[in-house]
Amino acid sequence: MTQSPAERSWPLWEVFTQSKEGEPHQHAGSVHATDAEHALQNARDVYARRNEAVNLWVVPSVVITASTPEDVGPFFDPANDKAYRHPQFYKVPKGVKVF
Amino acid sequence: MTTTSTASEDSSRLAQFEARIAADESIEPKDWMPERYRKQLIRMMAQHAHSEVVGMLPEGNWITRAPTLRRKMVLLAKVQDEAGHGLYIYCGTETLGVDRHDLVQELLDGKAKYSSIFNYPTLTWADIGAIGWLVDGAAIVNQTMLAKASFGPYARAMVRICKEENFHKRQGYEIMATLARGTGAQRAMAQDALNRWWWPSLMMFGPHDKDSTNSDELMRWGIKRKSNDELRQRFVNMTIVQAQAIDLTVPDADLKYNEMTGDWETGPIDWDEFWRVVKGNGPCNKERLDARRKADADGAWVRAAASAYVEKHA
Repeated sequence: MTQSPAERSWPLWEVFTQSKEGEPHQHAGSVHATDAEHALQNARDVYARRNEAVNLWVVPSVVITASTPEDVGPFFDPANDKAYRHPQFYKVPKGVKVF
Repeated sequence: MTTTSTASEDSSRLAQFEARIAADESIEPKDWMPERYRKQLIRMMAQHAHSEVVGMLPEGNWITRAPTLRRKMVLLAKVQDEAGHGLYIYCGTETLGVDRHDLVQELLDGKAKYSSIFNYPTLTWADIGAIGWLVDGAAIVNQTMLAKASFGPYARAMVRICKEENFHKRQGYEIMATLARGTGAQRAMAQDALNRWWWPSLMMFGPHDKDSTNSDELMRWGIKRKSNDELRQRFVNMTIVQAQAIDLTVPDADLKYNEMTGDWETGPIDWDEFWRVVKGNGPCNKERLDARRKADADGAWVRAAASAYVEKHA
């Protein structure tokens, strides 16, 4: 009762669900499936049994490139010293409420 | 895993890791983690996933015999949810670098553990009520705690599962409440189911804290946030009140309310029975594994056909 090699090689797909129209897609989890259509059907059965989604994306896990946790400092550094990107950086005269 | 890090590098990484745990940060799959943390998670998550899958069997036993169409639809949906829960957790376990097929194979080979509660038989329709109320009720107490586990994929799977389990518990309690206010025979059936499922439900939380081999480590690493005995007590306090509300009595002559602590204190749990079932000698251990193996074998042609289809159209 061992599983066939073909079965083992079913690729992994990452599933993204859009909960409502106008909302962004969010990662929900993953499924194994033979092809994209199969992955969509599995994703619907596993991650959208209670109207959690109006739209699904399935993406082969192998094509996702992620930044590495070790890089968290240097990689995102350029954002750290730019306080002037935030509105609080700027002074406005006292009593002005429009901001 | 080709790193040849020195012992001092490892100890500094371990210190960083423990600091992250202490700061309640979420550990993600690609983060550095001690090998032991990874192993413990794989063990615990795989057991949890297997439990969801085997858990379909006692209830599946009653789908064709549910007393009404409403009950049948509900039970089908619940059993389908359990399959989904198994898949959420297998998927989370795979982020730790294991293959789901290897985990499933271990289950089929009889090498993997799953929750012992599913090695008890479902003799009457009331057992379906008792399972939803008590077994899913106990699972919710445990899983609500695990939704704060330090490993992100596990915690996220638990959040998803907890949302769905609430219906499981309520439908079970509804079955029990309906039987409890039915005919004398229906009442007796409900009480009998409670009698048989009460103690195994308390055992679901695992051995007492002083006898639990894994608890200390799991708590130190923020995988578990509360001890077995704390969780069990929370479940007992919640459930006694629910039993009283439908005039059923838990089978424990020593049960008493402690005014000081506000806890319901139970009599001694039969740990010999617990270990007997864990070690494979419960009423249904063999039946459950045989059913899993048959389902796997019966489904083989579907999986082969799906693979053949994609090869042909590649």
